[in-house]
Amino acid sequence: MPLHSLTVHELRPLMVKKEIKVSEVVQAYLERIETLDSKVNAYLTVMGELALREAALYDEGRKDLNRSSLAGVPLGIKDVLCMRGTKTTCGSKMLENFVAPYDATVIEWVKRSGAIFLGKTNMDEFAMGSSNENSAFGPTRNPWNLNKVPGGSSGGSAAAVAAGLCAASLGTDTGGSIRQPASFCGVVGLKPTYGRVSRYGLVAFASSLDQVGPITRDVQDAALLLQTIAGYDSRDTTSVNLPVPYYVEGLKKSIAGVKLGIPREYMIEGIHPDVALSMEKAIKTFRELGAETVEVSLPHTDYGVAAYYIIAPAEASSNLARYDGVKYGHRSTGAQDLLSLYRKSRSEGFGAEVKRRIMLGTYVLSSGYYDAYYKKASQVRTLIRNDFIEAFEKCDALITPVAPIPPFHIGEKADDPLQMYLSDVFTLPASLAGIPGISIPCGLSGDNMPIGLQILGPHFAEEFILRVAHQFEQATDHHTHGPTLE
Amino acid sequence: MSEKISEAEVLHVADLARLELTEGEMIRMTEQMNQILSYMETLNELETGSVEPTTHAIQLQNVFRSDQVMESLDREIGLSNAPQSDGANFIVPKVI
Repeated sequence: MPLHSLTVHELRPLMVKKEIKVSEVVQAYLERIETLDSKVNAYLTVMGELALREAALYDEGRKDLNRSSLAGVPLGIKDVLCMRGTKTTCGSKMLENFVAPYDATVIEWVKRSGAIFLGKTNMDEFAMGSSNENSAFGPTRNPWNLNKVPGGSSGGSAAAVAAGLCAASLGTDTGGSIRQPASFCGVVGLKPTYGRVSRYGLVAFASSLDQVGPITRDVQDAALLLQTIAGYDSRDTTSVNLPVPYYVEGLKKSIAGVKLGIPREYMIEGIHPDVALSMEKAIKTFRELGAETVEVSLPHTDYGVAAYYIIAPAEASSNLARYDGVKYGHRSTGAQDLLSLYRKSRSEGFGAEVKRRIMLGTYVLSSGYYDAYYKKASQVRTLIRNDFIEAFEKCDALITPVAPIPPFHIGEKADDPLQMYLSDVFTLPASLAGIPGISIPCGLSGDNMPIGLQILGPHFAEEFILRVAHQFEQATDHHTHGPTLE
Repeated sequence: MSEKISEAEVLHVADLARLELTEGEMIRMTEQMNQILSYMETLNELETGSVEPTTHAIQLQNVFRSDQVMESLDREIGLSNAPQSDGANFIVPKVI
Protein backbone atom coordinates (compact mmCIF):
# COMPACT_ATOMS: atom_id res chain seq x y z
CA MET A 1 0.00 0.00 0.00
CA PRO A 2 1.38 3.48 -0.82
CA LEU A 3 2.73 5.47 2.12
CA HIS A 4 0.09 8.17 1.84
CA SER A 5 -2.73 5.64 2.25
CA LEU A 6 -1.44 4.19 5.51
CA THR A 7 -3.28 4.86 8.75
CA VAL A 8 -1.39 6.29 11.72
CA HIS A 9 -1.32 2.90 13.43
CA GLU A 10 0.04 1.25 10.24
CA LEU A 11 2.64 3.96 9.62
CA ARG A 12 4.03 4.11 13.15
CA PRO A 13 5.49 0.56 13.36
CA LEU A 14 7.34 1.12 10.06
CA MET A 15 9.02 4.20 11.49
CA VAL A 16 9.71 2.63 14.88
CA LYS A 17 11.31 -0.43 13.25
CA LYS A 18 13.30 1.98 11.04
CA GLU A 19 11.93 0.43 7.87
CA ILE A 20 11.32 3.98 6.78
CA LYS A 21 12.78 7.26 7.97
CA VAL A 22 10.52 9.91 9.44
CA SER A 23 11.98 12.45 7.01
CA GLU A 24 11.11 10.17 4.10
CA VAL A 25 7.51 10.10 5.28
CA VAL A 26 7.38 13.86 5.73
CA GLN A 27 9.11 14.43 2.38
CA ALA A 28 6.62 12.13 0.63
CA TYR A 29 3.69 14.08 2.06
CA LEU A 30 5.25 17.43 1.19
CA GLU A 31 5.79 16.27 -2.38
CA ARG A 32 2.17 15.19 -2.67
CA ILE A 33 1.04 18.55 -1.31
CA GLU A 34 3.31 20.26 -3.84
CA THR A 35 1.90 18.34 -6.81
CA LEU A 36 -1.74 17.82 -5.81
CA ASP A 37 -2.84 20.64 -3.56
CA SER A 38 -3.12 23.11 -6.40
CA LYS A 39 -6.17 21.00 -7.35
CA VAL A 40 -7.61 20.37 -3.88
CA ASN A 41 -6.68 23.62 -2.06
CA ALA A 42 -6.72 21.84 1.30
CA TYR A 43 -3.85 23.84 2.81
CA LEU A 44 -3.60 27.55 3.58
CA THR A 45 -0.11 27.30 5.09
CA VAL A 46 2.44 24.54 4.51
CA MET A 47 5.16 24.29 7.15
CA GLY A 48 7.61 22.20 5.12
CA GLU A 49 10.90 23.40 6.55
CA LEU A 50 9.79 23.09 10.14
CA ALA A 51 8.29 19.65 9.51
CA LEU A 52 11.54 18.38 7.95
CA ARG A 53 13.56 19.78 10.84
CA GLU A 54 11.30 17.95 13.31
CA ALA A 55 11.59 14.75 11.29
CA ALA A 56 15.38 14.98 11.30
CA LEU A 57 15.39 15.03 15.10
CA TYR A 58 13.89 11.54 15.09
CA ASP A 59 16.15 10.22 12.35
CA GLU A 60 19.25 11.55 14.11
CA GLY A 61 18.16 9.87 17.33
CA ARG A 62 17.73 13.17 19.17
CA LYS A 63 14.04 12.54 19.71
CA ASP A 64 12.46 9.21 20.63
CA LEU A 65 9.69 7.73 18.47
CA ASN A 66 8.48 5.78 21.49
CA ARG A 67 7.40 8.93 23.33
CA SER A 68 3.79 8.43 22.19
CA SER A 69 1.66 6.68 19.59
CA LEU A 70 1.60 9.90 17.53
CA ALA A 71 5.35 10.59 17.53
CA GLY A 72 6.61 11.32 14.02
CA VAL A 73 3.12 11.33 12.50
CA PRO A 74 2.48 14.13 9.95
CA LEU A 75 -0.73 16.01 10.71
CA GLY A 76 -2.81 18.79 9.16
CA ILE A 77 -4.39 21.31 11.52
CA LYS A 78 -7.51 23.34 10.82
CA ASP A 79 -6.54 26.99 10.54
CA VAL A 80 -8.78 27.97 13.44
CA LEU A 81 -6.40 26.58 16.08
CA CYS A 82 -3.66 28.89 17.32
CA MET A 83 -0.12 27.67 16.80
CA ARG A 84 2.58 29.97 18.12
CA GLY A 85 4.54 31.76 15.41
CA THR A 86 2.27 30.45 12.65
CA LYS A 87 -0.41 32.25 10.68
CA THR A 88 -3.92 31.47 11.93
CA THR A 89 -6.32 32.95 9.39
CA CYS A 90 -9.63 31.21 10.16
CA GLY A 91 -10.16 31.29 6.40
CA SER A 92 -10.79 35.04 6.68
CA LYS A 93 -9.36 38.13 5.10
CA MET A 94 -9.81 39.62 8.58
CA LEU A 95 -7.00 37.44 9.95
CA GLU A 96 -4.98 37.09 6.73
CA ASN A 97 -1.80 38.26 8.48
CA PHE A 98 -2.52 37.16 12.04
CA VAL A 99 0.36 35.22 13.61
CA ALA A 100 -0.77 33.36 16.72
CA PRO A 101 1.15 34.52 19.79
CA TYR A 102 0.53 31.29 21.74
CA ASP A 103 -0.38 27.62 21.34
CA ALA A 104 -3.90 26.28 21.75
CA THR A 105 -4.00 23.61 24.44
CA VAL A 106 -4.64 20.88 21.88
CA ILE A 107 -1.65 22.09 19.85
CA GLU A 108 0.51 22.10 22.99
CA TRP A 109 -0.56 18.53 23.78
CA VAL A 110 -0.14 17.26 20.22
CA LYS A 111 3.31 18.90 20.10
CA ARG A 112 4.21 17.15 23.32
CA SER A 113 3.14 13.84 21.75
CA GLY A 114 5.78 14.41 19.10
CA ALA A 115 3.51 14.54 16.06
CA ILE A 116 4.72 16.69 13.15
CA PHE A 117 2.66 19.55 11.72
CA LEU A 118 2.59 19.69 7.93
CA GLY A 119 0.47 22.82 7.81
CA LYS A 120 -2.80 24.61 8.45
CA THR A 121 -5.87 23.54 6.54
CA ASN A 122 -8.50 25.50 4.65
CA MET A 123 -11.96 26.10 6.12
CA ASP A 124 -15.16 28.09 5.80
CA GLU A 125 -14.52 31.58 7.14
CA PHE A 126 -14.62 31.50 10.97
CA ALA A 127 -15.97 27.92 10.66
CA MET A 128 -19.29 29.20 9.29
CA GLY A 129 -20.40 27.01 6.44
CA SER A 130 -21.14 23.50 5.23
CA SER A 131 -19.23 23.46 1.95
CA ASN A 132 -15.86 25.27 2.38
CA GLU A 133 -17.03 27.73 -0.27
CA ASN A 134 -16.92 30.49 2.34
CA SER A 135 -13.13 30.49 2.62
CA ALA A 136 -11.61 33.86 1.71
CA PHE A 137 -8.77 31.90 0.10
CA GLY A 138 -10.80 29.89 -2.40
CA PRO A 139 -12.89 26.77 -1.87
CA THR A 140 -11.39 23.40 -1.03
CA ARG A 141 -12.41 20.78 -3.58
CA ASN A 142 -13.57 17.26 -2.87
CA PRO A 143 -10.74 14.84 -3.81
CA TRP A 144 -13.36 12.32 -5.00
CA ASN A 145 -14.66 14.81 -7.59
CA LEU A 146 -13.02 18.20 -7.89
CA ASN A 147 -16.30 19.82 -8.97
CA LYS A 148 -17.98 18.90 -5.69
CA VAL A 149 -17.70 20.40 -2.23
CA PRO A 150 -15.74 18.60 0.50
CA GLY A 151 -18.28 19.70 3.11
CA GLY A 152 -17.52 22.19 5.84
CA SER A 153 -16.41 23.86 7.79
CA SER A 154 -13.42 21.51 8.36
CA GLY A 155 -13.38 20.79 4.60
CA GLY A 156 -9.64 21.29 4.25
CA SER A 157 -8.86 18.89 7.09
CA ALA A 158 -11.17 16.19 5.68
CA ALA A 159 -10.01 16.64 2.08
CA ALA A 160 -6.34 16.50 3.17
CA VAL A 161 -6.88 13.14 4.91
CA ALA A 162 -8.88 11.75 1.97
CA ALA A 163 -6.38 12.94 -0.64
CA GLY A 164 -3.36 11.58 1.23
CA LEU A 165 -1.99 15.04 2.02
CA CYS A 166 -1.52 14.22 5.72
CA ALA A 167 -1.83 11.08 7.84
CA ALA A 168 -4.59 12.55 10.00
CA SER A 169 -5.90 15.97 10.96
CA LEU A 170 -7.66 18.04 13.56
CA GLY A 171 -10.92 19.82 12.80
CA THR A 172 -13.55 21.61 14.84
CA ASP A 173 -17.27 20.98 15.01
CA THR A 174 -19.91 23.53 16.04
CA GLY A 175 -22.94 22.13 14.21
CA GLY A 176 -21.46 19.28 12.19
CA SER A 177 -18.22 20.80 10.90
CA ILE A 178 -16.18 17.64 11.56
CA ARG A 179 -18.81 14.98 10.89
CA GLN A 180 -20.25 16.33 7.63
CA PRO A 181 -16.94 16.96 5.77
CA ALA A 182 -15.65 13.57 7.02
CA SER A 183 -18.79 12.04 5.51
CA PHE A 184 -18.44 13.96 2.22
CA CYS A 185 -14.76 12.95 1.88
CA GLY A 186 -15.15 9.31 2.93
CA VAL A 187 -13.06 9.50 6.10
CA VAL A 188 -13.70 9.22 9.85
CA GLY A 189 -14.57 12.30 11.94
CA LEU A 190 -15.28 12.48 15.65
CA LYS A 191 -16.95 15.32 17.54
CA PRO A 192 -16.32 14.76 21.25
CA THR A 193 -18.74 15.61 24.04
CA TYR A 194 -18.81 19.35 24.77
CA GLY A 195 -16.19 19.89 27.49
CA ARG A 196 -14.14 16.76 26.69
CA VAL A 197 -11.49 18.67 24.72
CA SER A 198 -10.12 22.08 25.65
CA ARG A 199 -11.23 25.07 23.57
CA TYR A 200 -8.36 27.27 24.78
CA GLY A 201 -6.71 28.71 21.69
CA LEU A 202 -9.54 27.67 19.38
CA VAL A 203 -10.73 30.90 17.76
CA ALA A 204 -14.29 31.18 19.06
CA PHE A 205 -17.35 30.93 16.81
CA ALA A 206 -20.17 29.71 19.12
CA SER A 207 -18.65 29.08 22.52
CA SER A 208 -21.39 26.81 23.88
CA LEU A 209 -21.08 24.48 20.87
CA ASP A 210 -17.46 24.51 19.58
CA GLN A 211 -15.42 21.32 20.03
CA VAL A 212 -12.09 20.13 18.58
CA GLY A 213 -11.86 16.58 17.21
CA PRO A 214 -9.91 14.24 14.94
CA ILE A 215 -10.41 13.47 11.23
CA THR A 216 -8.69 10.22 10.27
CA ARG A 217 -8.54 7.29 7.81
CA ASP A 218 -9.99 4.81 10.28
CA VAL A 219 -11.59 4.55 13.70
CA GLN A 220 -8.50 3.35 15.54
CA ASP A 221 -6.66 6.50 14.42
CA ALA A 222 -9.56 8.62 15.71
CA ALA A 223 -9.19 6.89 19.08
CA LEU A 224 -5.44 7.59 19.09
CA LEU A 225 -5.87 11.28 18.34
CA LEU A 226 -8.70 11.71 20.83
CA GLN A 227 -6.47 10.10 23.46
CA THR A 228 -3.95 12.91 22.96
CA ILE A 229 -6.34 15.87 22.95
CA ALA A 230 -8.96 14.82 25.54
CA GLY A 231 -8.70 15.87 29.15
CA TYR A 232 -9.17 18.63 31.66
CA ASP A 233 -7.62 22.04 31.03
CA SER A 234 -7.89 24.74 33.66
CA ARG A 235 -7.53 27.41 30.93
CA ASP A 236 -10.97 26.51 29.54
CA THR A 237 -13.66 27.07 32.17
CA THR A 238 -16.05 24.74 30.32
CA SER A 239 -13.51 21.90 30.32
CA VAL A 240 -14.87 18.93 32.25
CA ASN A 241 -12.69 17.22 34.82
CA LEU A 242 -13.46 13.55 34.21
CA PRO A 243 -10.95 10.73 33.76
CA VAL A 244 -10.00 9.96 30.13
CA PRO A 245 -10.48 6.26 29.33
CA TYR A 246 -7.99 4.31 27.24
CA TYR A 247 -9.94 4.56 23.99
CA VAL A 248 -8.03 2.06 21.84
CA GLU A 249 -8.48 -0.70 24.39
CA GLY A 250 -12.27 -0.72 24.09
CA LEU A 251 -12.38 -0.94 20.28
CA LYS A 252 -12.05 -4.69 19.96
CA LYS A 253 -14.97 -5.62 22.23
CA SER A 254 -17.95 -7.21 20.50
CA ILE A 255 -21.16 -5.25 20.03
CA ALA A 256 -23.38 -8.35 20.25
CA GLY A 257 -26.40 -7.52 22.35
CA VAL A 258 -25.85 -3.77 22.05
CA LYS A 259 -29.05 -1.81 21.42
CA LEU A 260 -28.87 0.68 18.55
CA GLY A 261 -31.66 3.21 18.17
CA ILE A 262 -32.84 4.39 14.76
CA PRO A 263 -34.61 7.74 15.13
CA ARG A 264 -37.70 7.67 12.95
CA GLU A 265 -37.49 11.46 12.44
CA TYR A 266 -34.16 11.01 10.63
CA MET A 267 -35.67 8.85 7.88
CA ILE A 268 -37.47 11.81 6.38
CA GLU A 269 -39.05 12.09 2.97
CA GLY A 270 -36.43 14.46 1.58
CA ILE A 271 -33.62 12.01 2.24
CA HIS A 272 -31.68 11.04 -0.90
CA PRO A 273 -32.39 7.43 -2.00
CA ASP A 274 -28.66 6.58 -2.08
CA VAL A 275 -28.33 7.76 1.53
CA ALA A 276 -31.41 5.76 2.56
CA LEU A 277 -30.06 2.64 0.85
CA SER A 278 -26.66 2.95 2.58
CA MET A 279 -28.46 3.32 5.90
CA GLU A 280 -30.49 0.17 5.28
CA LYS A 281 -27.34 -1.77 4.46
CA ALA A 282 -25.62 -0.40 7.56
CA ILE A 283 -28.52 -1.50 9.74
CA LYS A 284 -28.25 -4.98 8.24
CA THR A 285 -24.51 -5.09 8.99
CA PHE A 286 -25.11 -4.10 12.60
CA ARG A 287 -27.70 -6.88 12.96
CA GLU A 288 -25.22 -9.38 11.53
CA LEU A 289 -22.77 -8.22 14.19
CA GLY A 290 -25.32 -9.21 16.81
CA ALA A 291 -26.56 -5.73 17.65
CA GLU A 292 -30.24 -5.20 18.22
CA THR A 293 -31.89 -2.30 16.39
CA VAL A 294 -34.87 -0.47 17.81
CA GLU A 295 -36.90 2.40 16.45
CA VAL A 296 -36.80 5.44 18.72
CA SER A 297 -38.24 8.92 18.49
CA LEU A 298 -36.50 12.30 18.78
CA PRO A 299 -39.68 14.34 18.39
CA HIS A 300 -38.02 17.79 18.26
CA THR A 301 -35.57 16.98 15.45
CA ASP A 302 -37.37 19.24 12.98
CA TYR A 303 -36.72 22.26 15.19
CA GLY A 304 -32.95 21.75 15.38
CA VAL A 305 -32.10 23.87 12.36
CA ALA A 306 -34.15 26.86 13.54
CA ALA A 307 -32.83 26.65 17.12
CA TYR A 308 -29.22 26.25 16.02
CA TYR A 309 -29.32 29.09 13.49
CA ILE A 310 -30.51 31.40 16.25
CA ILE A 311 -28.14 30.27 19.02
CA ALA A 312 -24.95 29.91 16.97
CA PRO A 313 -25.21 33.30 15.20
CA ALA A 314 -26.15 34.96 18.51
CA GLU A 315 -22.95 33.67 20.10
CA ALA A 316 -20.98 34.46 16.95
CA SER A 317 -22.17 38.07 16.82
CA SER A 318 -20.83 38.53 20.32
CA ASN A 319 -17.57 36.60 19.80
CA LEU A 320 -16.76 38.39 16.54
CA ALA A 321 -17.24 41.82 18.11
CA ARG A 322 -13.54 41.59 19.00
CA TYR A 323 -12.50 42.20 15.38
CA ASP A 324 -12.35 45.95 15.38
CA GLY A 325 -9.15 46.74 13.50
CA VAL A 326 -7.35 47.82 16.68
CA LYS A 327 -5.67 44.90 18.48
CA TYR A 328 -5.17 42.54 15.54
CA GLY A 329 -6.70 41.70 12.21
CA HIS A 330 -7.57 43.78 9.18
CA ARG A 331 -7.61 47.54 9.55
CA SER A 332 -9.21 49.80 7.00
CA THR A 333 -7.09 52.63 5.66
CA GLY A 334 -10.13 54.72 4.80
CA ALA A 335 -11.33 55.55 8.33
CA GLN A 336 -11.52 59.08 9.74
CA ASP A 337 -12.66 58.34 13.30
CA LEU A 338 -12.88 55.40 15.68
CA LEU A 339 -16.44 54.42 14.77
CA SER A 340 -15.73 54.40 11.04
CA LEU A 341 -12.52 52.45 11.76
CA TYR A 342 -14.65 49.71 13.33
CA ARG A 343 -17.26 49.78 10.59
CA LYS A 344 -14.91 49.88 7.64
CA SER A 345 -12.43 47.35 9.04
CA ARG A 346 -15.22 44.85 9.78
CA SER A 347 -17.04 45.42 6.50
CA GLU A 348 -13.86 44.96 4.48
CA GLY A 349 -12.54 42.04 6.54
CA PHE A 350 -15.60 39.78 6.80
CA GLY A 351 -17.15 37.75 3.97
CA ALA A 352 -20.85 37.48 3.11
CA GLU A 353 -21.77 34.48 5.29
CA VAL A 354 -19.99 35.87 8.35
CA LYS A 355 -21.79 39.19 7.90
CA ARG A 356 -25.10 37.37 7.53
CA ARG A 357 -24.57 35.49 10.79
CA ILE A 358 -23.42 38.58 12.66
CA MET A 359 -26.56 40.34 11.41
CA LEU A 360 -28.85 37.45 12.38
CA GLY A 361 -27.18 37.13 15.77
CA THR A 362 -27.31 40.84 16.47
CA TYR A 363 -30.98 40.93 15.48
CA VAL A 364 -32.09 37.98 17.65
CA LEU A 365 -30.29 39.46 20.66
CA SER A 366 -31.53 43.00 20.09
CA SER A 367 -33.99 44.74 22.36
CA GLY A 368 -37.54 43.48 21.86
CA TYR A 369 -36.59 40.30 20.01
CA TYR A 370 -34.54 38.43 22.62
CA ASP A 371 -37.48 36.51 24.11
CA ALA A 372 -39.02 35.61 20.77
CA TYR A 373 -35.79 34.25 19.31
CA TYR A 374 -32.84 33.62 21.63
CA LYS A 375 -34.81 32.60 24.71
CA LYS A 376 -37.21 30.51 22.65
CA ALA A 377 -34.35 28.74 20.87
CA SER A 378 -32.62 28.06 24.21
CA GLN A 379 -35.83 26.49 25.51
CA VAL A 380 -36.13 24.35 22.39
CA ARG A 381 -32.51 23.37 22.99
CA THR A 382 -33.65 21.89 26.32
CA LEU A 383 -36.36 19.90 24.53
CA ILE A 384 -33.84 18.57 22.01
CA ARG A 385 -31.42 17.64 24.79
CA ASN A 386 -34.23 15.84 26.65
CA ASP A 387 -35.14 13.94 23.46
CA PHE A 388 -31.67 12.39 23.46
CA ILE A 389 -31.67 11.64 27.18
CA GLU A 390 -35.00 9.82 26.82
CA ALA A 391 -33.84 7.96 23.70
CA PHE A 392 -30.74 6.73 25.52
CA GLU A 393 -33.01 5.07 28.09
CA LYS A 394 -34.20 2.79 25.28
CA CYS A 395 -30.91 2.23 23.44
CA ASP A 396 -27.14 2.47 23.92
CA ALA A 397 -26.35 4.55 20.84
CA LEU A 398 -28.16 6.06 17.86
CA ILE A 399 -27.36 5.43 14.21
CA THR A 400 -28.36 7.99 11.59
CA PRO A 401 -27.14 9.37 8.27
CA VAL A 402 -24.68 12.27 8.63
CA ALA A 403 -26.35 14.32 5.90
CA PRO A 404 -29.60 13.84 3.99
CA ILE A 405 -27.81 14.24 0.66
CA PRO A 406 -24.50 13.11 -0.89
CA PRO A 407 -21.82 15.77 -1.63
CA PHE A 408 -23.21 18.49 -3.88
CA HIS A 409 -21.61 20.59 -6.62
CA ILE A 410 -19.57 23.69 -5.91
CA GLY A 411 -21.92 26.65 -6.40
CA GLU A 412 -25.08 24.54 -6.16
CA LYS A 413 -26.31 25.99 -2.86
CA ALA A 414 -24.05 29.02 -2.56
CA ASP A 415 -26.84 31.53 -3.27
CA ASP A 416 -29.40 29.99 -0.95
CA PRO A 417 -28.27 30.18 2.66
CA LEU A 418 -31.43 28.57 4.05
CA GLN A 419 -31.02 25.49 1.82
CA MET A 420 -27.41 25.26 2.96
CA TYR A 421 -28.50 25.46 6.63
CA LEU A 422 -31.11 22.73 6.09
CA SER A 423 -28.42 20.32 4.89
CA ASP A 424 -27.13 20.29 8.51
CA VAL A 425 -30.40 18.83 9.84
CA PHE A 426 -28.88 15.56 11.14
CA THR A 427 -25.76 16.95 12.80
CA LEU A 428 -27.15 20.04 14.56
CA PRO A 429 -29.30 18.34 17.23
CA ALA A 430 -26.34 16.43 18.73
CA SER A 431 -24.35 19.68 18.85
CA LEU A 432 -27.16 21.45 20.69
CA ALA A 433 -27.36 18.53 23.15
CA GLY A 434 -23.56 18.46 23.59
CA ILE A 435 -23.36 14.70 22.95
CA PRO A 436 -20.52 12.99 21.05
CA GLY A 437 -20.90 11.80 17.46
CA ILE A 438 -18.73 10.00 14.95
CA SER A 439 -19.03 9.90 11.18
CA ILE A 440 -17.75 6.82 9.32
CA PRO A 441 -17.95 5.83 5.65
CA CYS A 442 -20.89 3.52 4.90
CA GLY A 443 -21.24 3.48 1.13
CA LEU A 444 -21.05 5.33 -2.15
CA SER A 445 -23.70 7.24 -4.04
CA GLY A 446 -24.71 6.49 -7.63
CA ASP A 447 -22.15 9.05 -8.82
CA ASN A 448 -19.39 7.47 -6.73
CA MET A 449 -19.32 9.96 -3.86
CA PRO A 450 -18.89 8.90 -0.21
CA ILE A 451 -21.84 8.58 2.16
CA GLY A 452 -21.38 8.70 5.93
CA LEU A 453 -23.02 7.02 8.89
CA GLN A 454 -23.37 8.93 12.15
CA ILE A 455 -23.21 7.17 15.51
CA LEU A 456 -24.32 9.26 18.48
CA GLY A 457 -23.85 8.34 22.12
CA PRO A 458 -24.69 9.74 25.55
CA HIS A 459 -22.47 12.45 27.08
CA PHE A 460 -18.87 11.21 27.50
CA ALA A 461 -19.60 7.88 25.74
CA GLU A 462 -16.78 8.38 23.19
CA GLU A 463 -15.27 5.02 24.10
CA PHE A 464 -18.56 3.28 23.31
CA ILE A 465 -19.32 4.99 19.98
CA LEU A 466 -15.72 4.41 18.88
CA ARG A 467 -16.24 0.72 19.59
CA VAL A 468 -19.53 0.57 17.64
CA ALA A 469 -17.85 2.45 14.76
CA HIS A 470 -14.78 0.21 14.80
CA GLN A 471 -16.84 -2.98 14.76
CA PHE A 472 -18.87 -1.70 11.80
CA GLU A 473 -15.73 -0.62 9.98
CA GLN A 474 -14.02 -3.98 10.46
CA ALA A 475 -17.09 -5.77 9.10
CA THR A 476 -17.14 -3.63 5.93
CA ASP A 477 -14.60 -2.34 3.43
CA HIS A 478 -15.86 1.22 2.91
CA HIS A 479 -12.87 2.74 4.72
CA THR A 480 -10.48 1.05 2.29
CA HIS A 481 -11.88 3.00 -0.68
CA GLY A 482 -10.27 6.28 -1.56
CA PRO A 483 -10.31 8.82 -4.37
CA THR A 484 -7.97 8.62 -7.33
CA LEU A 485 -6.40 12.01 -7.77
CA GLU A 486 -3.32 11.45 -9.93
CA MET B 1 -44.54 35.42 3.48
CA SER B 2 -45.04 38.31 5.87
CA GLU B 3 -42.17 40.74 6.23
CA LYS B 4 -40.15 40.02 9.40
CA ILE B 5 -37.60 42.73 8.99
CA SER B 6 -37.63 45.92 6.90
CA GLU B 7 -34.73 47.58 5.10
CA ALA B 8 -34.70 50.29 7.76
CA GLU B 9 -34.41 47.66 10.50
CA VAL B 10 -31.62 45.90 8.62
CA LEU B 11 -29.72 49.20 8.54
CA HIS B 12 -30.33 49.64 12.27
CA VAL B 13 -29.02 46.12 13.03
CA ALA B 14 -26.00 46.74 10.78
CA ASP B 15 -25.31 49.86 12.81
CA LEU B 16 -25.50 47.88 16.07
CA ALA B 17 -23.14 45.27 14.59
CA ARG B 18 -20.71 47.94 13.35
CA LEU B 19 -21.10 46.87 9.74
CA GLU B 20 -21.55 49.01 6.65
CA LEU B 21 -23.70 47.49 3.94
CA THR B 22 -23.68 48.65 0.35
CA GLU B 23 -27.09 49.28 -1.24
CA GLY B 24 -26.89 45.89 -2.97
CA GLU B 25 -25.81 44.08 0.21
CA MET B 26 -28.64 45.72 2.15
CA ILE B 27 -31.32 44.61 -0.34
CA ARG B 28 -29.96 41.09 -0.44
CA MET B 29 -29.52 40.91 3.34
CA THR B 30 -33.12 42.03 3.87
CA GLU B 31 -34.38 39.38 1.49
CA GLN B 32 -32.28 36.60 3.03
CA MET B 33 -32.97 37.59 6.64
CA ASN B 34 -36.69 37.62 5.91
CA GLN B 35 -36.47 34.15 4.44
CA ILE B 36 -34.41 32.80 7.36
CA LEU B 37 -36.42 34.54 10.10
CA SER B 38 -39.68 33.26 8.57
CA TYR B 39 -38.28 29.76 8.79
CA MET B 40 -37.51 30.39 12.49
CA GLU B 41 -41.28 30.83 12.97
CA THR B 42 -41.57 27.04 13.14
CA LEU B 43 -40.33 27.26 16.74
CA ASN B 44 -43.63 28.91 17.67
CA GLU B 45 -45.39 25.60 17.05
CA LEU B 46 -43.86 24.47 20.35
CA GLU B 47 -45.32 25.42 23.72
CA THR B 48 -42.28 26.27 25.84
CA GLY B 49 -43.82 28.36 28.63
CA SER B 50 -42.50 26.22 31.47
CA VAL B 51 -39.32 24.94 29.81
CA GLU B 52 -36.00 26.03 31.35
CA PRO B 53 -33.61 27.40 28.71
CA THR B 54 -30.31 25.58 28.11
CA THR B 55 -27.29 27.80 27.59
CA HIS B 56 -24.70 25.06 27.99
CA ALA B 57 -25.31 21.38 27.29
CA ILE B 58 -23.00 20.33 30.12
CA GLN B 59 -23.98 22.17 33.28
CA LEU B 60 -21.01 23.23 35.34
CA GLN B 61 -21.02 24.99 38.68
CA ASN B 62 -19.13 28.23 39.02
CA VAL B 63 -15.51 27.56 38.21
CA PHE B 64 -13.17 29.37 40.56
CA ARG B 65 -9.41 29.59 40.61
CA SER B 66 -7.09 31.14 43.11
CA ASP B 67 -6.33 34.82 42.62
CA GLN B 68 -2.77 34.31 41.52
CA VAL B 69 -0.65 36.13 39.00
CA MET B 70 0.14 33.72 36.16
CA GLU B 71 2.40 34.00 33.19
CA SER B 72 0.84 36.09 30.40
CA LEU B 73 1.85 37.50 27.04
CA ASP B 74 4.73 39.95 26.97
CA ARG B 75 3.72 43.42 25.85
CA GLU B 76 5.83 43.09 22.72
CA ILE B 77 4.08 39.87 21.72
CA GLY B 78 0.70 41.27 22.68
CA LEU B 79 1.28 44.18 20.32
CA SER B 80 2.89 42.13 17.57
CA ASN B 81 -0.34 41.75 15.56
CA ALA B 82 -1.50 45.33 16.04
CA PRO B 83 -2.17 47.13 12.74
CA GLN B 84 -0.66 50.23 14.34
CA SER B 85 1.22 50.62 17.62
CA ASP B 86 4.04 52.70 19.10
CA GLY B 87 5.65 49.77 20.86
CA ALA B 88 3.75 50.42 24.07
CA ASN B 89 0.19 51.20 23.00
CA PHE B 90 -2.36 50.44 20.31
CA ILE B 91 -2.82 53.50 18.13
CA VAL B 92 -6.35 54.49 17.09
CA PRO B 93 -7.77 57.61 15.42
CA LYS B 94 -8.25 60.56 17.74
CA VAL B 95 -11.32 60.02 19.98
CA ILE B 96 -11.73 63.38 21.72
